[in-house]
Amino acid sequence: MPEQLFFAMEVILNGLMAGVLYALVALGFVLIFKASGIFNFAQGVMALFAAMTFVGIQNGQVPFSHLINAIFGTHIHYFGWEVHSVVAIVLTVVVMIGLAWAVQRFIFRHLVGQEPIILFMATIGLAYLLEGVADLMWGSEIKKLDVCLSEGTCLPQGMNLAFDEFSAALFNQPFGMFIDNLDITATIIAILLVAALVVFSQYTKQGRAMRAVADDHQAALSVGVSLNYIWILVWSVAGFVALVAGIMWGAKSGVQFSLSLIALKALPVLMLGGFTSIPGAIVGGLIIGVGEKLFEFAIGPMVGGATENWFAYVLALVFLVFRPQGLFGEKIIERV
Amino acid sequence: MLDQTDGYVTADGRQIGPVVMEMRNITLRFGGVEAIKDISFDIREGEIRAIIGPNGAGKSSMLNVISGFYVPQEGQVYYKGAPRPPMKPFEVARQGIARTFQNIALFEGMSVLDNVMTGRLTHMKTGMLAQALWKGKAEDEETANREVAEKIIDFLEIQAIRKTPVSRLPYGLKKRVELARALAAEPSLLLLDEPMAGMNVEEKEDMSRFILDVNDEFGTTIALIEHDMGVVMDLSDRVVVMDYGKKIGDGTPDEVRSNQDVIDAYLGVSHD
Repeated sequence: MPEQLFFAMEVILNGLMAGVLYALVALGFVLIFKASGIFNFAQGVMALFAAMTFVGIQNGQVPFSHLINAIFGTHIHYFGWEVHSVVAIVLTVVVMIGLAWAVQRFIFRHLVGQEPIILFMATIGLAYLLEGVADLMWGSEIKKLDVCLSEGTCLPQGMNLAFDEFSAALFNQPFGMFIDNLDITATIIAILLVAALVVFSQYTKQGRAMRAVADDHQAALSVGVSLNYIWILVWSVAGFVALVAGIMWGAKSGVQFSLSLIALKALPVLMLGGFTSIPGAIVGGLIIGVGEKLFEFAIGPMVGGATENWFAYVLALVFLVFRPQGLFGEKIIERV
Repeated sequence: MLDQTDGYVTADGRQIGPVVMEMRNITLRFGGVEAIKDISFDIREGEIRAIIGPNGAGKSSMLNVISGFYVPQEGQVYYKGAPRPPMKPFEVARQGIARTFQNIALFEGMSVLDNVMTGRLTHMKTGMLAQALWKGKAEDEETANREVAEKIIDFLEIQAIRKTPVSRLPYGLKKRVELARALAAEPSLLLLDEPMAGMNVEEKEDMSRFILDVNDEFGTTIALIEHDMGVVMDLSDRVVVMDYGKKIGDGTPDEVRSNQDVIDAYLGVSHD
């Protein structure tokens, strides 16, 4: 019996860690939706783009090499150097900030005050555009994402081993459970990220201005807040969250175009947690992560498996019927 | 043109200073409609200046020109003696012009205190990281800003609702919170868009008292819009009267009251 119990616990733990990744993607949606009322369909592609850019920079890949080779008849693909992970992350953040600026400058600045459905359509367009740009820039082959390219590049020598022993002592040996180191790292980073976001929005001038813009545009203008600046800031933060999510997913399953589909998994998470709530995105992600793993474990064998593909959506549907604003969303009050 | 340095003394003995804001030959069009036609007037330091007129006279448009929400097609705005280039509303706010709105624009999801604190945003100078880590200068600055906010909250007698989310407050109190947020910016010019609209007699009296007290205590220059003649006449030092986008009167309340054009506009004499 304890064997089965441990196995169930392992399933739950694995579910929690998958949930953390769902939550990270959902978080990007919530940030932009709260501050600008835009439902950003491109969030998943942003994660893909960020992960590809990270890997590309890390491996010293020449951006747009296919295009350059086709035009000039050259055969360049790599610069021939490897960039340290930390430097690559910083450079990718710069690229994501540039993307945020471009998105605001060339798309949403011209759509201020438009209907939400038009803004939504613009983000669908952005998703496909970005996917194309990502393909053109870095190529479409599946890439391996390794934050620690060679031993000692991100953690000091020996740390990796110590980390392995630590997680083994905590989970593997006493309970016979297998927990991936990557999952533990992902969870720790996600917690740090959320804590940083909370500190940013509660205690900084920019965070206060961001909350102001999310609440009322006119009033924000009247206290000296530039809407344009705040929107670029929000898209940059969402880009950063996308980068973190992209690196995690990429490290787990390789950087490939199907990565953009994780955005679809974020939808049920948002329906559960509510579109405007940061804690909602996290709790929603965890519920879906654990729920689908447990369901697959307990009910899956009876219905022929592969329940992970649809469980989240069915759960979201049930939620839509009984609590359309989600667990933490703002109450919908109809006044007649 | 008025001399920048002279001033005047009001009936109740307050010294009014030089011109803070001058509107010179302002014309504002929406498509073919002229909302404001060639209007000039000035606002002096320390005075309470009212813009009145019947509905649709262009008062709110004028306030929006001052606060940068509209850019006039013709004319020039002078602020603190210098011509002001066309500006975005947030840039105007950073220059020390705070405003309230006719239909109340508050941050409904935040508490009263948080709303008032947003009024201090233009006074926060320390960097993002320092604020996030809550160190040294950033902490001092936050404390100083908090003190200003609390002082204004006390002054407007809204201590009891400091922590209440704004969305739960009744209309009259929301108006007062909006005034508090504007005051928190310590503006050189405070613009009030129909501060008494939709209020009952008691609330109107309260608001009038607060406007007078603010002017008296902080020496704040105030420009306000009203269409209720009675209230305005008691409050203001000088009054601009608008009708159909044109200025039809400008002067002390007594001068304006005896102006035949103004009487006609308010009694509804037909325009020919």
